[in-house]
Amino acid sequence: MFIKQISVFLENENGRLKAFTKVLGDNDIDMKAICIADTIDFGILRCVVDDPEKAVKILKESGFTASITKVIAVSLDDTPGGMSNVLDLLEGADIGVDYVYSMLRESESTAMIIFKVSDPERAGKILTDAGIKLFCLDEL
Amino acid sequence: MIWNKAMECADRETMEAIQLRKLKETVKRVHTNVRPYRERMQALGVTPEDIQTLDDLKKLPFTTKTDMRDNYPYGLFASPLSEITRIHASSGTTGKPTVVGYTSRDLESWAECVARALTMAGGDNTSVVQVAYGYGLFTGGLGAHDGAQYMGASVIPMSSGNTQKQVMLMKDFRSTILCCTPSYALTIAEAVKKAGYGPDDIDLKAGVFGAEPWTPEMRAAIEKGLGIRAHDIYGLSEVMGPGVSCSCAEQNGMHIQEDFFIAEIIDPDTGEVLPEGEKGEIVFTTIGKEGIPLIRYRTRDICYLMRDKCKCGRTTARMSRVLGRSDDMLIIRGVNVFPSQVETVIAKFSELTMNYKIIVGRENNTDTFALQVELAEGLAIDNIRFVEELRKKVTHELRTLLGIGCEVKFLNEGTLPRSEGKAVRVEDTRNLSE
Repeated sequence: MFIKQISVFLENENGRLKAFTKVLGDNDIDMKAICIADTIDFGILRCVVDDPEKAVKILKESGFTASITKVIAVSLDDTPGGMSNVLDLLEGADIGVDYVYSMLRESESTAMIIFKVSDPERAGKILTDAGIKLFCLDEL
Repeated sequence: MIWNKAMECADRETMEAIQLRKLKETVKRVHTNVRPYRERMQALGVTPEDIQTLDDLKKLPFTTKTDMRDNYPYGLFASPLSEITRIHASSGTTGKPTVVGYTSRDLESWAECVARALTMAGGDNTSVVQVAYGYGLFTGGLGAHDGAQYMGASVIPMSSGNTQKQVMLMKDFRSTILCCTPSYALTIAEAVKKAGYGPDDIDLKAGVFGAEPWTPEMRAAIEKGLGIRAHDIYGLSEVMGPGVSCSCAEQNGMHIQEDFFIAEIIDPDTGEVLPEGEKGEIVFTTIGKEGIPLIRYRTRDICYLMRDKCKCGRTTARMSRVLGRSDDMLIIRGVNVFPSQVETVIAKFSELTMNYKIIVGRENNTDTFALQVELAEGLAIDNIRFVEELRKKVTHELRTLLGIGCEVKFLNEGTLPRSEGKAVRVEDTRNLSE
């Protein structure tokens, strides 16, 4: 039900993002989704990859502060109001949303949105019960 | 003008005779009244009778800031509190300040030294002296105040801050001499300009600035901004406060008040006295001081001595501008900062490693203070708030301990270069020695 997102602290300096992607590329790790929250002097990179455990291990070895964060990947009809429905359900269950980002899927009529929520277990159950599809890693 | 010609222009033999007499008295005084000195002399097998020439000073032990801390607050006082009429203190390294006590006679000696300094800056009883050093435990404010009053000037006890008012009163009260830190002098100069005044609109003729290291560039900026001659006054609370030495109109070194202080230049690593003219750590022995006489106090300030006769007519030895420090203490915006203090703050946070770098620079003549520190391994960070809150906490702890703000920046573990010997923890780009 969950997706293991990798979260990486990056100094806001030239070449850091490239260094990050090179580490993944050199180790044959495939990126499925990526999002960066940035400030003046640092950024937090969030990324869904095909092998998160391996990615965190090699990133740490390469000097990155990297960790795994549990998120849920929600399938939505690519129509207006699709996301609002999900947020209604979460709000109704008093589950906070820390951040969201989307993943583009080619030749599909559904959008995939990654949600970081305060209680992923409960959120997963509520959404599944409401008939909303959650993705597993191997489906991405 | 020279305030005290007999002392400031004495020939070498006369001065050395005065120094020797007062040194013997001082050594006797601390041996009798100050237990830590007596014990240390006993350990070295030295008695007051062994001091027969000025050269014998070498036989005596050094005094350090640590000694003052270990004997906090009054352990090194040579006078009972009934004779102490003033107490000052400077910022300490571990929360406890360094405490000094003055007898009435000490305060008069201090005022004498400051009066000599102010006279070097052209001061006399017609001067209007604006004291914009902080008044309080810090020796700057009251030290300059007492000296200016002793000289007979009209003293304006402004203390520091309230810059607009400083400018208004400087103009209205026709201040002729300004006493403050060099960085505050620059702030005042900017405010004078902002108020629409030029150097001709104010009566200021000279400034006597000290309590923090400054560069010749800064001096030039102050002199231009205020249309004055800027004099460098040196001192430290342990030895007395401002007035230990001061530069005259020649601006070629600071004249040491040698009838109150014996200066030596030593190799900071070996403690050996260095030949005349060599650069090293300046060490002071206070002679004639009653409250807290110090023997061979290690200032950690690096400079050199000049003994050739100054064109101003004074014969006292001059010390160069302070070129650096022999310990790792940094003076940032007038505040003493030891890297070890920063380290104790970092150690409180499990989120941080002990790999850090302190970066000190100068922008617009104000010190900048930044800390780069690596994040601990295994830290799970997936949001900005976590990092910002950590930064807020670290900044707050640093401000609480040091009293000044610091710009904190986090790095991934392994980012900072690892040293193979002594770690380079500090990058100070202020270039005070040039």
